[in-house]
Amino acid sequence: MFRLTFLGPALTVLLLAGPVGFGLAGTVLPAFGISPGFGGGSFGLHYFRELFAQPALFCSMTLSLTSGLASAVLSLLIVMLFTAAFAGTATFRRMQHLLGPLLSLPHAAAALAIAFLIAPSGMIMRLISPELTGWERPPDLLIVHDPLALSMIGALVAKEVPFLLLMTLAALPQAPVERVCQLTGALGYGRVAGFIHGAWPGIYRQIRLPVFAVIAFASSNVEVALILGPTQPQTLAARLVTWMSDPDLSQRYLASAGALLQLGVTGLAFAIWLGLERLCAALRNKAACGGLRMRRDRAVQVVSLTAMILAAGAIFAGLAALAVWSFAGLWQFPDFLPGSFTLRNWMKALPRVVEPLGTTLTIGVASAFIAAILSVLCFVHEDRTGKRAGRGGQALIYLPLIVPQVTFIFGLQFLLVASGWLATLPALLFAHLVFVMPYAYLCLKDPWRSFDRRYEQVAAGLGKSPMTTLFRIRLPMMLRPLLVLFAIGFSVSVGLYLPTVLIGAGRLTTITSEAVALASGGNRRIIGVYAFFQMLLPVAGFAIATLVPALIFRRFRGMQV
Amino acid sequence: MTDIVTDKAGLLLQDVVIRHGERVLVALTQHVAPGEVLTVMGPSGAGKSTLLGFIGGFLDPVFDAEGRVIVDGDDITDAAPETRHAGLLFQDPLLFPHMSVAGNLMFALPADIRGHMPRMALVNEALRGVDLEGLGERDPETLSGGQKARVALARVLLSRPRMLLLDEPFSKLDQALRGQMRELVFAKARESRLPVLLVTHDPADAQAAGGTTITLEP
Amino acid sequence: MALALVLNQRRNDPEVYVLKRLTIALSLSIAGSFAHAHSPDLANWESVEAEARGQTVYFNAWGGAENINAYLEWVGEELRDCCDIKLVHVKLDDTANAVAKVVAERAAGRDEGGSVDLIWINGENFASMKERGLLLEKGWAEKLPNWGYVDVENKPTVLNDFTTPVEGQAAPWGMAKLVFFHDSARLQEDALPSSAEELLEWAQANPGRFSYPSPPDFIGSSFLKQVLIETVGDAAVLQQPADEADFETESAPLFDYLDRLHKVAWREGRAFPQNYPAMKQLLADGELEIIFAFNPSEASNAIANFELPDTVRSFTFEEGTLGNTHFVAIPYNASAKAGALVTANFLMSPEAQLRKQDPEVWGDPTVLGMDKLPEPLQAGFAALDLGIATLAPEELGPVLEEPHPSWMERVEEAWKRRYTVGN
Repeated sequence: MFRLTFLGPALTVLLLAGPVGFGLAGTVLPAFGISPGFGGGSFGLHYFRELFAQPALFCSMTLSLTSGLASAVLSLLIVMLFTAAFAGTATFRRMQHLLGPLLSLPHAAAALAIAFLIAPSGMIMRLISPELTGWERPPDLLIVHDPLALSMIGALVAKEVPFLLLMTLAALPQAPVERVCQLTGALGYGRVAGFIHGAWPGIYRQIRLPVFAVIAFASSNVEVALILGPTQPQTLAARLVTWMSDPDLSQRYLASAGALLQLGVTGLAFAIWLGLERLCAALRNKAACGGLRMRRDRAVQVVSLTAMILAAGAIFAGLAALAVWSFAGLWQFPDFLPGSFTLRNWMKALPRVVEPLGTTLTIGVASAFIAAILSVLCFVHEDRTGKRAGRGGQALIYLPLIVPQVTFIFGLQFLLVASGWLATLPALLFAHLVFVMPYAYLCLKDPWRSFDRRYEQVAAGLGKSPMTTLFRIRLPMMLRPLLVLFAIGFSVSVGLYLPTVLIGAGRLTTITSEAVALASGGNRRIIGVYAFFQMLLPVAGFAIATLVPALIFRRFRGMQV
Repeated sequence: MTDIVTDKAGLLLQDVVIRHGERVLVALTQHVAPGEVLTVMGPSGAGKSTLLGFIGGFLDPVFDAEGRVIVDGDDITDAAPETRHAGLLFQDPLLFPHMSVAGNLMFALPADIRGHMPRMALVNEALRGVDLEGLGERDPETLSGGQKARVALARVLLSRPRMLLLDEPFSKLDQALRGQMRELVFAKARESRLPVLLVTHDPADAQAAGGTTITLEP
Repeated sequence: MALALVLNQRRNDPEVYVLKRLTIALSLSIAGSFAHAHSPDLANWESVEAEARGQTVYFNAWGGAENINAYLEWVGEELRDCCDIKLVHVKLDDTANAVAKVVAERAAGRDEGGSVDLIWINGENFASMKERGLLLEKGWAEKLPNWGYVDVENKPTVLNDFTTPVEGQAAPWGMAKLVFFHDSARLQEDALPSSAEELLEWAQANPGRFSYPSPPDFIGSSFLKQVLIETVGDAAVLQQPADEADFETESAPLFDYLDRLHKVAWREGRAFPQNYPAMKQLLADGELEIIFAFNPSEASNAIANFELPDTVRSFTFEEGTLGNTHFVAIPYNASAKAGALVTANFLMSPEAQLRKQDPEVWGDPTVLGMDKLPEPLQAGFAALDLGIATLAPEELGPVLEEPHPSWMERVEEAWKRRYTVGN
């Protein structure tokens, strides 16, 4: 029975590489007019010609490229400076706890929160009007949907900073931070400069793949672009989704060509980033050789801390505003609080929330569960054979996160339509599983490998079979990491937008897909209700992950955190 | 090759050679009679624990090993670890933190003993045997170091092992307890007629064991 | 064993792919043979109702307004209770998507068991489907039991949808008239514009306080239509299909108007509200001062839902604004034809129409003629409080006829070309 553990890595590889491969095939072929199972295509490059004839296409491309790079640069900069200034201090630990819940929040919810905050009729304006500004009406400023995509970049940064910080945290133990700080301090370097010269290169090497995942997401994301991004024209990915949702078959070829173009844009972003890496490394070397010490780096420390707090605070404040909106009666500008509170919005929305909520829960729980099983199988297999996933394996884990979603999911959708499996629950579950799996694996990796294997040896010495040992010793002892994996997998599934929209094809909806659909309607009260659920679900998952082990093992001190 | 009758009782290590690359860490042929102790000494990194790993069935794949391990006439060299019945005691008691003391001991009982009452009875008897009567319901974390070590011993004995493999089991105990534990362990081993392989760097352990001592050169 | 077999085959093994497709096709056809492959017999309404029992009707309708979605939920509950029909509201952004689905199914040869059973439709989409033969046979709507209540005498748009004769291929559902709204607390009565030209002047005097949803949103297109009718030289030309040469000349005043309007529009025309609900919120916030909708009761409905302050009032243009009827249609290849027919009939029933017209629910005007209803139902309609912000039917002003659908297609396309290159 234990010989079946090979299924773990086998199925995981299949799960990670298969859909991406298939999806890319399903995108590349139609782009050139070849499509299995559909008529209407003619081989050749004319779909690309049609693509480039679309109005303002280069503008869309540039928007995607620059916003992707800008958000990655900003997030990384903030994380780097913050880590450099505060690694190992209490502030760092406190920030960790603050950013934890932000990670599990769907991108869509974060974007909605920020939209409600910074809009001309949003909370910030209401706070300062009319006392400070004398405005009785919201100013006619293009903040949300601004043409330079600044608000979109802001929302992306706010979500990417916690993610990169978490990855940095995982890499910190392997970096000799203390020693480096002491050494560089002794040489007269300021804290920040010392860290950047000494420890950062090693850390950056570890977080490189996550950074590329960030660039891929930022340059090809759809939900944040729809909620905050420019509209005249939209970013490339947002436009693609319009073409992809069009059941008119002839649009699909155009959409495929566009998806390939998106792949190119993201690839270009990667290439530019590689160049930036070289540039920054060269600059740093020069600074190091020049002995730039930056002893007086208080300003940098303060700025990085402020940026962190701002990023997190903006989202929390926006979420609070959303919550208030869901209970609001008439609430006009410039009132800071609603004129009246009512439960009407909830009463009206709840019957219609039931179905997407049900789908969200089913898919979320199922995908987290399956991902947990596959991850455990992978690691058990690793233990049995002693072979670890190498660098190639690592890259494979990140594959679904690095290839733009919009590119390969579209191909998947194409194939699913041909086979008639579109808009079915198993297909949607599968699509979610592709994205949940990497997080599940990464989440389990460190706890699993740091488990003291002597427990297993003791159990074997006591005559217990590997199965017994796995189910009665290892898994129970790892209950907390397993439940955290579950909570993270569940949050990832809850937050997925594009897979749900393209594979669910309108028949299957989740809370997130509904929330984004409602965002265009500007009905803040209903959006508030949906955003509330988007917040609630991941939090519930983590609450379970914390409470269940505490409950089950309340008697045993050895199992407390 | 020394010619040793293979159906003799006890633990027989025949032509055991363990290498790391080119370096030979362990090369020996030894017989440990039931109730007797073979002490293996040597500085850290010399390969003491790898010998235990080889016998117990969890040798790290970076090492190459040859030779045979025979217990009571059965060749267990290629057997799965869980079938070897090689009871392990490590430096740390490694009591399962998610089970009570009684839970730990019940876990160790072979599955063919059925029924809650008979199993509980055996567990209580084992606790009496190490002077820990009545501590069954306790959380293992709440016990003292010495108590934990005794529970670990009781646990390993309950599993009806065929030999005991001890990896510096006394080094974390304070001096006063060490002597007591040594007495207890060796007495129990003699009582159950188990061959014992003791790995240690403390000469006092070797002395108390009283059996053959092998020193591994680094 | 089977698992190993599957795992051993390579993923992109063509045989597996074809086999899977064949299996699915086979099972679909077996399932399909149990479905009713014929058109229900409308002469015998009871047989239609019997056939409809247990069916699931996929009603493709715009899902952007919460009040309409809630109304359809109620409809679903009623249908479930009375006729054992499960109504699924497939929420659309744009009706054209549903049309495209049927077109695609026709192209794939799927003449039975289509995925769309009922569409909320009018105008260009109806013309397009009728022309391409994608609708259920002629006259079905006029054979429905509740057709007798429809006010065909006083509401001619019930028989002609945007110059296309309906010929019973769509059942009328509600009336629409383009009506404007303003917040009387911020904008006084006397300052209200009463034509497109006056609206432009007003916008120039009050920059940043007016906008419209960008096409292809239905309301936005309707605004463009209204301006087109008012700015075109001779309105009669719009009743004919748009001709290439004529289009350029005839639409020139429209785009000139828009160019001037955008300079003083909300966000200077660099962004547009996505749809009517977005405009509604902007009015509430005071970002926009004048908005518009196709439902005269829209403002009252919004006030009842705390979305707009109770100082909002409606107004129309002196020379008239667009008016039409909106319909529900059944595709030729619908899976649940009987269910769709029963649903369409229910939507036209006095009970459903009464609830629909209630501004607390939706406020959409009825297609029924009061004089054709029995006494108690007439009283029900008369007793409806249309809401303080709703203009009485006499005050709604003249109805401007909808242009031929081909005009709007061209206008939308030209709009996208001119105004998408925003930055």
